[in-house]
Amino acid sequence: MALTDVTHDAQDFAPPAEVEEAELYHPKTWLGKYVFSQDAKIIALQYSITAMAVGLLALVLSVLMRVQLAWPGAVSFITPDAYIQFVTMHGMIMVVYLLTALFLGGFGNYLIPLMLGARDMVFPYVNMISYWIYLVAVLILLASFFVPGGPTGSGWTLYPPQAILPGTPGSDWGITLMCISLGFFVIGFTMGGLNYVVTVLQARTRGMTLMRMPLTIWAIFTATVLALLAFPALLVSAIMMSLDNLLGTSYFMPAIISLGQQLDHSGGSPILFQHLFWFFGHPEVYIVALPAFGVISELISVHARKNIFGYRLMVWAIVVIGGLSFIVWAHHMYVSGMNPYFGFFFATTTLIIAVPTAIKVYNWVLTLWQGNIRLNVPMLFAIGFVFTFINGGLTGIFLGNVIIDVPLSDTYFVVAHFHMVMAVSPILAVFGAVYHWYPKITGRMLNEGMGKFHFWMTFVGLYCIYYPMHYLGILGVPRRYFANAGANGLPDWFPESAQMVNVGITIAAIIVASVQLVFLYNLYYSATRGKPAGGNPWGATTLEWQTADTPPTHGNFGKELPSVYRWAYDYSVPGAEEDFIPQNVPAGKGTGHAS
Amino acid sequence: MSIFSTLSTKPWVAERGYVSDSHGFGLPTARVFLSVFLGVVTAIFGLLTAAYFIRMTYADWQPLPVPALLWLNTAILILSSVALQWARTSARHQQADRVRRGLLAGGALAFAFLVGQFLVWQQLGSLGYFVDTNPSNSFFYLITGLHGLHLLGGLVAWLRASLRLWRGAETDKIRMSVELCAVYWHFLLLVWLVMFGLLLVT
Repeated sequence: MALTDVTHDAQDFAPPAEVEEAELYHPKTWLGKYVFSQDAKIIALQYSITAMAVGLLALVLSVLMRVQLAWPGAVSFITPDAYIQFVTMHGMIMVVYLLTALFLGGFGNYLIPLMLGARDMVFPYVNMISYWIYLVAVLILLASFFVPGGPTGSGWTLYPPQAILPGTPGSDWGITLMCISLGFFVIGFTMGGLNYVVTVLQARTRGMTLMRMPLTIWAIFTATVLALLAFPALLVSAIMMSLDNLLGTSYFMPAIISLGQQLDHSGGSPILFQHLFWFFGHPEVYIVALPAFGVISELISVHARKNIFGYRLMVWAIVVIGGLSFIVWAHHMYVSGMNPYFGFFFATTTLIIAVPTAIKVYNWVLTLWQGNIRLNVPMLFAIGFVFTFINGGLTGIFLGNVIIDVPLSDTYFVVAHFHMVMAVSPILAVFGAVYHWYPKITGRMLNEGMGKFHFWMTFVGLYCIYYPMHYLGILGVPRRYFANAGANGLPDWFPESAQMVNVGITIAAIIVASVQLVFLYNLYYSATRGKPAGGNPWGATTLEWQTADTPPTHGNFGKELPSVYRWAYDYSVPGAEEDFIPQNVPAGKGTGHAS
Repeated sequence: MSIFSTLSTKPWVAERGYVSDSHGFGLPTARVFLSVFLGVVTAIFGLLTAAYFIRMTYADWQPLPVPALLWLNTAILILSSVALQWARTSARHQQADRVRRGLLAGGALAFAFLVGQFLVWQQLGSLGYFVDTNPSNSFFYLITGLHGLHLLGGLVAWLRASLRLWRGAETDKIRMSVELCAVYWHFLLLVWLVMFGLLLVT
């Protein structure tokens, strides 16, 4: 098939892009440079640091939950109310405020302009506001720990009617603050997200066609489109629930007797909320997973010194997964009861998603096949991701079927499944990405020894945590329960060995959580004392490694923007002098394509 | 460049040459930005409409009487859109005076629409149709409220463009702002017509 977008032959030399300095706003003050910065790279760091800080809090909450499960009653302040509040805040923070913010706000901001050869996002001012609104959202969320009644304890899904009924912790202040915080988050994210999408569409440098973009950008782009279309559902449901809560409307609230009193609500539909929530909630899974896919494609290709296998299929798979993710949401609602034909439809679409996902997995494995694999820390995390994603994906096939989901839905099997697929996998991708791009951000390598220790402890530890949970789930151990053992000992059906499993999981969780301190110390230590990295330590082809300065300065590329002559994966090209050819190198001597 | 030819390129066997135009979309960046944003707003109102239809089927739903004032408001909003469209075409033809008049009229009419909507709320309130009286009322207040908020946001952009014009900016400089305002206004008019239609037929 002929190439449709190439209008010149290989000999052509593209004139370098003109200087566009005047377009950028250059701040004079320290405050303007590092705090209220309009530079996407600074905004990316602000997003990342905030997200990781709030993520650490969520990590501590999860350890507290595990302590309660292993040694019920051992810590006095973990009451049943506090426990369910921890569950809620852990889930919401990890999914929305950590992973979404980190992948799109953090990696999106840092990588989109650099990888596309742009000077910055197209609307830097809006981009800056996006971060500050996100920060406000985080602060409102954290404030709910300090209001009367504490944060909401309705589970991260915030299902009405219980979310706003007295008796649920946080029903007076917590749920209101949660809805307000989510509202701010959505508005802030939309400002950033519009920037990411439009930058990809409009600000690519010369020669950077859509099909020459690195897969990381394709993935972040698609995830952002999903987020822009899915977050409105969360916004709308948060507004409607707040109106039910504060003004006494009945969008979601049915006629109900609470604490012996007939409430004013009548006729509302809790199921309507579930539909709206999961119309956001399921794409959210892919908002988190797609950027991880993209990052992993990049890491595997670079560190196996091999072009990505099936680039075009990878792009198609990303787009198809994105599309399908909007028509599977009701598989989260099988236990709510639905028309069997609906269930059949949603089970079918759910299983179809396995096809493009499997294509991606095969392509990663085939990229590794006969590659010149370098088992450095980013590569370890990338391979760890592929393993974990396969594991999580396989249990997804179980849960996608109505008949298997119904008995398993409220058990630890689900906890194990979604943590494997949506917590462990993305966080492994995050770690891999940090080890990979840290040299570009700081100019220094992260310490390899600490990195390998971090990887092995985290990887093995996470499997110690989540593999046994599958067993607990099949045994029937319910999730979200404060304690499985009553005051009189364990329930009849609950074998002693299961409680031992619980203790083992908790010990592993504590170890994994502690090991993250090594990672944080590594980030801190290597920023000043790490091995100097140079501009392109991994020998990578994409544009962010070809900048004149490391770390890149404001404006990214010095006087001239690079021109792109090839796709992002020219590794080990036969006949080429080196085992990689950067995207901005024209055909000619040393590239194996002297034509 | 169509999406299909884009997706069928083989970047790995590419004649590794210079590609003349990577942008593909010959539109100004601000215009693309607005289009994507309109997609997001469409999602919001689309979801509200879906929720409206689902909630409608429950037994306690009682249709809301349509205040006559809404017809007048609708007419005002249409005129507002027309005025901005006039400003937009005038800006293309460099007729500064007409741009000024069109912009002013468009903004004033939009403001009048918002006041009118507020009066409708008051009328309904005085008749005892409060936001929590019936789900149909709840949806009416929610939809008109959100629509009004979006228009209010549009008025902020309109104000910025107008101020620049009054401070003596040349027509060419604010042509894009006027154009974007007009597009946004048309879009919000369309949303309003759909929402108003929804109210009328149910």
